[in-house]
Amino acid sequence: MNEKLVIAGKDYSSRLLVGTGKYKDFTETRAAVEASGAEIITIAIRRTNIGQNPNEPSLLEVLPPSEYTLLPNTAGCYTAEDAVRTLRLARELLDGHTLVKLEVLGDPQSLYPNVVETLAAAKTLIAEGFQVMVYTSDDPIIAKQLEDIGCVAVMPLASLIGSGMGILNPWNLQLLMERVQVPVIVDAGVGTASDAAIAMELGCDGVLMNTAIAAAQQPVLMAGAMKKAVEAGREAFLAGRMPKKLYSASPSSPTAGIIASTRS
Amino acid sequence: MITVSVNGALRQLPVRTSVAALVEELGFAGKRIALERNGEIVPRSMFDTLLLSDGDKLELVVAVGGG
Repeated sequence: MNEKLVIAGKDYSSRLLVGTGKYKDFTETRAAVEASGAEIITIAIRRTNIGQNPNEPSLLEVLPPSEYTLLPNTAGCYTAEDAVRTLRLARELLDGHTLVKLEVLGDPQSLYPNVVETLAAAKTLIAEGFQVMVYTSDDPIIAKQLEDIGCVAVMPLASLIGSGMGILNPWNLQLLMERVQVPVIVDAGVGTASDAAIAMELGCDGVLMNTAIAAAQQPVLMAGAMKKAVEAGREAFLAGRMPKKLYSASPSSPTAGIIASTRS
Repeated sequence: MITVSVNGALRQLPVRTSVAALVEELGFAGKRIALERNGEIVPRSMFDTLLLSDGDKLELVVAVGGG
């Protein structure tokens, strides 16, 4: 399969995007990212710990921008203003890098997106030249608005961040995809490989996950499983599944030429 | 002396301390960091020339793992 995921005019071979949080150390982070085959990886922007040893290895040494497309996020931001400030810092930190993941959260229990603040932040960021991949609810109308104001990818949740509950509302995702032309990437909720495959079989352009890999008993093994699941799901989508036929079985073997019954 | 806030913690500095001098004192000289002063980005190219003022609020950030 040589069809690429295109985001903001750039081609990517992998349709799996991964986060870099919650790993036990950078060695495991690096191994899991490698096993996932991901080319786009999310990072967070946080205050330096003043007083801590500044000579500790940094994430950007383990996963350098020369090897990966880094996608700074706004995790933990609850207002448009904080999200915009965070991504301005990210752009400075990454030497003018403009591809970002915007997420503006509504409350700390659900981590559900605040779409009003998200829209406001996206408008400001796009006006400042950012290329915005946006985390949002699976509301098709909001998704279309986010596309209309210039977001380069729309990233609906499949279930709550870190919940591992899987694809809870495939109909909404389909409604959303029917309305949006930019890539649609399921972001949040995937728990295991079959969830990722289902998202891709629905026709999503990609899947972004962090906890499903990092919180697995063996993260590196799960990263490889997710790579295969995303590829399998994509190929199944392109192949076009057979229609579901309720109450009508259809044999796979010929119905003619069956040997005669000995019972008369 | 002047008092500035660095990531929420107050810090006393001599008058006419540059951003570069503070970053060096904190141990981040040459490291990949970004700095915001009173809500505005300070480009690295301005670290040497920009002098801190009493009451400045600074945010010094790095990239960490996240989803």
